[in-house]
Amino acid sequence: MQNISTGISLQPSIPKKKHKKILLAHGGGGRLSNDLIQQLFFDRFQSTLLSTAHDGAMFSVPKSRLAFTTDSYVVHPIFFPGGNIGDLAVNGTVNDLAMCGAEPLYLSAGFILEEGFPIDDLERIVETMKRATETAGIELVTGDTKVVERGKGDGIFINTSGIGQIPDQVDISPQHASEGDCILLNGNIADHGIAIMSEREGLEFETSIQTDSAALNGLVGTMLQASKNIHVLRDPTRGGLASSLNEIAMASKIGIRIEEDKIPLAEEVKGACEILGLDPLYIANEGKLLAFVPEKDAKAVLQAMQNHPLGKNAVIIGRVVKEHPGHVSMKTFIGSMRIIDMLTGEQLPRIC
Amino acid sequence: MCLAVPGIVVEIDKSLFPVMGKVSFGGVQKSVCLDWIPELAIGDYVIVHAGFAISRLDENEALESLKLFKELEEKLFGQDEAQ
Amino acid sequence: MKYVDEFRDQAVAKNLADEIAGIITRPWRIMEICGGQTNSIVKYGIEELLPQEITLIHGPGCPVCVTPLEIIDKAIALAGRREVILASFGDMLRVPGSEKDLLSIRAEGGDVRIVYSPLDAVTIARENPDRKVVFFAVGFETTAPTNAMAVSQAKKLGLNNFSILCSHVLVPPAIEVLLSSPNNRIQGFLAAGHVCSIMGYEEYFPLTKKYQVPIVVTGFEPLDILEGLRLTILQLEQGRSEVENAYKRSVTRAGNKAAQKLMQQVFFVGDRKWRGLGEIPQSGLFLHPEFDTFNAEKIFDLGEIRTEESPLCESGLVLQGRIKPMECGAFGHECTPENPLGAPMVSSEGACSAYYRFQRHTKA
Repeated sequence: MQNISTGISLQPSIPKKKHKKILLAHGGGGRLSNDLIQQLFFDRFQSTLLSTAHDGAMFSVPKSRLAFTTDSYVVHPIFFPGGNIGDLAVNGTVNDLAMCGAEPLYLSAGFILEEGFPIDDLERIVETMKRATETAGIELVTGDTKVVERGKGDGIFINTSGIGQIPDQVDISPQHASEGDCILLNGNIADHGIAIMSEREGLEFETSIQTDSAALNGLVGTMLQASKNIHVLRDPTRGGLASSLNEIAMASKIGIRIEEDKIPLAEEVKGACEILGLDPLYIANEGKLLAFVPEKDAKAVLQAMQNHPLGKNAVIIGRVVKEHPGHVSMKTFIGSMRIIDMLTGEQLPRIC
Repeated sequence: MCLAVPGIVVEIDKSLFPVMGKVSFGGVQKSVCLDWIPELAIGDYVIVHAGFAISRLDENEALESLKLFKELEEKLFGQDEAQ
Repeated sequence: MKYVDEFRDQAVAKNLADEIAGIITRPWRIMEICGGQTNSIVKYGIEELLPQEITLIHGPGCPVCVTPLEIIDKAIALAGRREVILASFGDMLRVPGSEKDLLSIRAEGGDVRIVYSPLDAVTIARENPDRKVVFFAVGFETTAPTNAMAVSQAKKLGLNNFSILCSHVLVPPAIEVLLSSPNNRIQGFLAAGHVCSIMGYEEYFPLTKKYQVPIVVTGFEPLDILEGLRLTILQLEQGRSEVENAYKRSVTRAGNKAAQKLMQQVFFVGDRKWRGLGEIPQSGLFLHPEFDTFNAEKIFDLGEIRTEESPLCESGLVLQGRIKPMECGAFGHECTPENPLGAPMVSSEGACSAYYRFQRHTKA
């Protein structure tokens, strides 16, 4: 954050020209920068740490293990059914902390804006981020804003990093899956990817499907109350369910077997996948998690999930098996076995 | 080749050329060219490829096929019982 | 989803498989002509349900796989031009040309856009009057009329910035080439259900008569494929060689007359080169001269395109059904979906891709 001398009033007496679009000067560190940051962030977020406007936020850490994560958000379109890049930027990082079993504490946000980006859009996005931080219970404490020349950035890129604290006895890792574990999923897959695709030029379709972007830390909290013995948590974002399962199978060196008829899918999402020739297993989610839980704890955890608003459709989709370590297999609708491989490149709509 | 999916016709606009309409696939609605299917009515099912209805889905034939499959089950089940 | 889910029923699938096992008495080799059927067979593990006596051979019915290398290279050359917007079905984007593919041209700044319908490409042309829109029109008889409609629409609208790069192929000539080959071991065919939804199945009667093989028009869901196989095996066991329709909910004998009429108005039949199979007489569709202003090959000067296939790629033999993908030396080594040497490793219904994605672990 820019160092603001205490001598300068943050309420300028000269009426400001209200800019409609981001200018290079907004990232320059001068008057225009300061005004932007004041208007967008300080006035909006209720954070002492943030408003201190130091080069960095300073705080004490609890005497427990910490989780620390970062992610960058470059999604297009920026606004999509049910949300925008701001939701993803907060919830995505909160969820990465939650997948470590951590309760979220502090968030940073770095913006790279393209010259000419509409300030109204930026306000909308930041307002969304504010609401998302409140829902998740995480505090935005530091950030940065840069502007690049027109043509050198895709409107807006956001990077967020997050710090959280991990309760004692919680030991979650993608390497901890073990034979016999049940694999739990909290609800319908592929909503987010299909919501994005419905707005893409050349593929538009009418649907009521919205992104499932949500902060999962509350859900994880209730799951951990039911059992501290959860082995793995993972949010299947880019690459979908299939990619996450493959990563875990490889990290833990175990086999995974899931059942096609157990995987929850909204009817409209199914329809969209059918007409575009897409496999929902590979489509992104932003409010879903997979949990690997020892069999004896599975029922309790499942019930805890089903009692939570973000887990009403929670279901057991499969188990960890000793066959084919490092790979994922699926029992198809017609009862045969099929290997679910890693995604190759981007999944593209097809007519063949 | 030829990914084509059945959907239900929810809108037809004969004033356009070619005739266009909306088809619903499990609730997702897409704009589809209906020009090649004569006497199409709302509520009919069509098979859609690359944004075009290539045939009307004959619901009687569909049910007939499913019925034949059921009869097959009874025949096999009957054989099992007899054994 | 109605008329989809019912044809994926597990119990019925097992019954059909049991019925097939009950009637079969000796080995039979059956080809499914259509890549969509290949995709379904491998995706649903249908071979796992079938008795050992049946060998399924995957046919060349993958328009992505058989589009000649020259055409891919032309599309890539066009996409690289500043004034061109290249619109394409998603299927074509990763097919390797001599040096690159369309996806890498996009990464280099080429304006390549995915569309769902050829009419979307016409819309792009209307909305971008200062650019030249080229639609990559690839497909069998199912897709050809949709591409014909795009050209017909563009003509009606008087657009002067729309053209198609055309690579259409026809199924029956390909079947004839396979059956007439001295190496042929295919004893029965599952014909492509959606091609036949457009064309009907009249064209297959001369083939069954001449070559004495059963041809059964088959759909794409697991139960459709099993039923198509059941009828084919029954014919083979009974010594019959007839045309049968196992996809009656979509296919009639005459087919879709309106679509056929449009195809005839816009295209004529000519000799066509198939990637991996060589030239097949009277097997391609080309734009009538009256549509020259919509023919990308006529309006753009593309200079000399020098093509070069990978010497390691054996996709021709795979497409003819003479080897299985795993029998190609490059399979899984130099040739993978991340780094494909030939088209069948790219297309979702290419046999190589299907085997790589779904089956290589069990075969290993």
